Amino acid sequence: MVAFLLRRVLSVVPVLAIVAVLVFLMLRLVPGDPAAIIAGETATAEQIEQTRQHLGLDRSIPVQFAIWIGHVLRGDLGDSYFFRMPVTDLILQRLEPTMMLGLAALVLSVAVAVPLGVIAAFRQGTWIDRGVMAVSVAGFSVPVFVLGYSLAYVFSVQLGWFPVQGYARIADGFGPFVERLVLPALTLSFVYVALIARITRTSVLEVLNEDYVRTARAKGLNEREVVVGHALRNAAVPILTIVGIGLGLLIGGAVVTESVFAIPGLGRLTVEAVLSRDFPVIQALILLFSAGYVLVNLLVDIGYALLDPRIRY
Amino acid sequence: MKNPSAALAVAVALAGLGAPADAQIVRAVMHSDLKVVDPTVSTAYIVRNHGYMVWDQLVARDEKGQVRPQMADKWEVSADGTVYTFTLRDGLEWHDGKPVTSEDCIASIRRFLQRDATGLRMAPFVKGYEAVSPKVFRIVLNEPYGLVLDTLSKPSLAPLFMMPKAVAETPPAEPIKPEQVIGSGPFMFKRDEWRPGEKVVYVRNPKYRPRSEPPSGFAGGKVVQVERVEWLAISDGQTALAALANGEVDLVEILPQDLAGIAAKDKRVVVEPGYQQTYFFRPNWVHPPFDNPKVRQAAMIALNQEQMLRGMVGDPKYWRVCRSAFACNSPLATDVGMADAIRGDVKRAQALLKEAGYDGTPLLIPHPTDLPTLNNLGPLAKQQLERAGFKVQLAPSDWQSMTLRLRKKDKPADGGWSAYMSSLDLADAQNPIDRGHFNTNCKTSFLGWPCDDKMEMLRDAYSRASDPAARRGLAREIHERNAEIVAVIPLGEYSTLRARSPKLQTTFQQPIPLFWGVRKQ
Repeated sequence: MVAFLLRRVLSVVPVLAIVAVLVFLMLRLVPGDPAAIIAGETATAEQIEQTRQHLGLDRSIPVQFAIWIGHVLRGDLGDSYFFRMPVTDLILQRLEPTMMLGLAALVLSVAVAVPLGVIAAFRQGTWIDRGVMAVSVAGFSVPVFVLGYSLAYVFSVQLGWFPVQGYARIADGFGPFVERLVLPALTLSFVYVALIARITRTSVLEVLNEDYVRTARAKGLNEREVVVGHALRNAAVPILTIVGIGLGLLIGGAVVTESVFAIPGLGRLTVEAVLSRDFPVIQALILLFSAGYVLVNLLVDIGYALLDPRIRY
Repeated sequence: MKNPSAALAVAVALAGLGAPADAQIVRAVMHSDLKVVDPTVSTAYIVRNHGYMVWDQLVARDEKGQVRPQMADKWEVSADGTVYTFTLRDGLEWHDGKPVTSEDCIASIRRFLQRDATGLRMAPFVKGYEAVSPKVFRIVLNEPYGLVLDTLSKPSLAPLFMMPKAVAETPPAEPIKPEQVIGSGPFMFKRDEWRPGEKVVYVRNPKYRPRSEPPSGFAGGKVVQVERVEWLAISDGQTALAALANGEVDLVEILPQDLAGIAAKDKRVVVEPGYQQTYFFRPNWVHPPFDNPKVRQAAMIALNQEQMLRGMVGDPKYWRVCRSAFACNSPLATDVGMADAIRGDVKRAQALLKEAGYDGTPLLIPHPTDLPTLNNLGPLAKQQLERAGFKVQLAPSDWQSMTLRLRKKDKPADGGWSAYMSSLDLADAQNPIDRGHFNTNCKTSFLGWPCDDKMEMLRDAYSRASDPAARRGLAREIHERNAEIVAVIPLGEYSTLRARSPKLQTTFQQPIPLFWGVRKQ
């Protein structure tokens, strides 16, 4: 297991290196000139060129890459072209909102979706099953922003229960933190609930027909023990897989959710950086997302081994 | 304590000691998030607004466009018009407590004159600077220049703000850093609370000494009536409006037109005209068909300003037809040369196109789809121009990609463009020097690259004239010349929509979002 972990951690290095090269090249090849954006609409060509020189964008692409990667290897992700502050500081400021939003949505999704999926499987063909599947279809069909606006309109504007926008850091108090996280987390988790509930239902239905479940019932175990001890445990691997894969979905949804609820997270930072062609910020964020994705996949792999004794690395 | 709620009240009061009461905090949703903090380098309006919070001007323009002293106590002009002597007011201090000196002002002016378009125009006239004393300095010219005060008081698109010498010595192409945001203006920038993409925080400058005159335009007493101003970054109009209705913010600087109806029905929200702007159409002189003046004239005849405004803004109380390329509320406003223009005269436009020998070359017009205030301009113009016989192709993109395209002098088919449309604050359309669209200098004109010696001679004469009547006459000639050569086509004036809490009030008519004279109940 240790050797496996070491191997997987080391495999992150080439992945990130390839990502770094691709992202750097893509950003230089797509249209967009940060110097022109900084200088503004009425700037002369000479003024833009001066700004470009100041940013180091007048150098050749290999030289720019060498300088950037040299800094990255020393742990320096550079400064934002626009904010004139270290990219690391910008990311750290935005990390907590996105992590908390993602975590809350994930916990909420698993807590709601897994029981729903199990119940639907055990009550296959009944109105409960059809109801869960209807919720699931709705979760896939309703765009995140429509749900977000609807929740904000009902629970904030009409009922006044929650704030409409913003994020309160945990350090500023747990009450405000939870108050501002409820609606965004509900919004973001909806599609995730749909996905996990559907997969859970399918997986549980598959194992319910297995011999060992029939045996468990035959030897007199009650339904709770059959579900938890036999059905769910054996259905857990595909569920865990979909939770891991769904992280990409969560990041995509977070961009929209953060915009609807004006949460200053990494999703919005990414969009803003792309629109303003803030190359150092985009490069750092994509590296971060890539590393995060690899890490989650590693955790999923470890989870397999914990859930299924047949899986050993 | 017997009464637990009283104990709680005391605890809350103690916890709140030192923090300003809610009535002392204004939370505003601005039209954009602040990214660049240097108002000399960036011409973005949000950076200009940030500039007015933190820094002050040496001289400033009042609501009638007259130049008034601001940080200057007074100025004198030598009899031959070549020496301007400025005396600073008593007690001016930077936010770090150091006194404002002549050296600071000279360094600020020097940097501005190397960067700004109007500054670059004045720069060749400047022979040198002289710090007579810590409070008195001189600008010495080679020969008289009529726009010295107008240049120093430029109100928008990178105004001239006075900065500490150490900051102003930053190379003009290099934006200053957040830690260098040290001004002498009515508010102080809280760098430690600035969270890009979330909020910008300003607090009242306790040492600021407002002028005694009432506020007027950009001039007069900047009396701050709140302790703290927070600019919240809420990019979505719907969310901003909901936050306003919910009491989380006090002001939405620009409310999208399509939300006006919903907002007007909500008693917790006041919708009112905001800031004055003008739409414009800018042809590209470099490539066919707009390299032909007759084709440009045909476009000016074909476009219909009233229909355009009706389609863009809707409610007539928020727009007005204005055929002047100078703001209709400015002393230079005139519609000379525009009698038949921008009325959608299809037959005349067709005749002009025939006369010009228009061969059907399509117009390629960049069309920003991500800005609600601009994204109908393209389809409306396309319809009007096609009615007159033009072939029009819109090139949809996001605004940033569009600005990149606009920089290209290539043929439209190779990534260039034929014309573009956008909007401008009326503060930037006050005279033929501030309004860069009139720059037809073949070497320095921007986007559209018009080139016309006669117009430049007129602008040169205007910049040397000091008599207001002479300037008005020259401005009329410039306007008439524009009608002939068509450097820019005005598409009408409108008010942005502003939404505010009924608790928030402003004590004077603000030309742009300014936060002095703002109070909250």
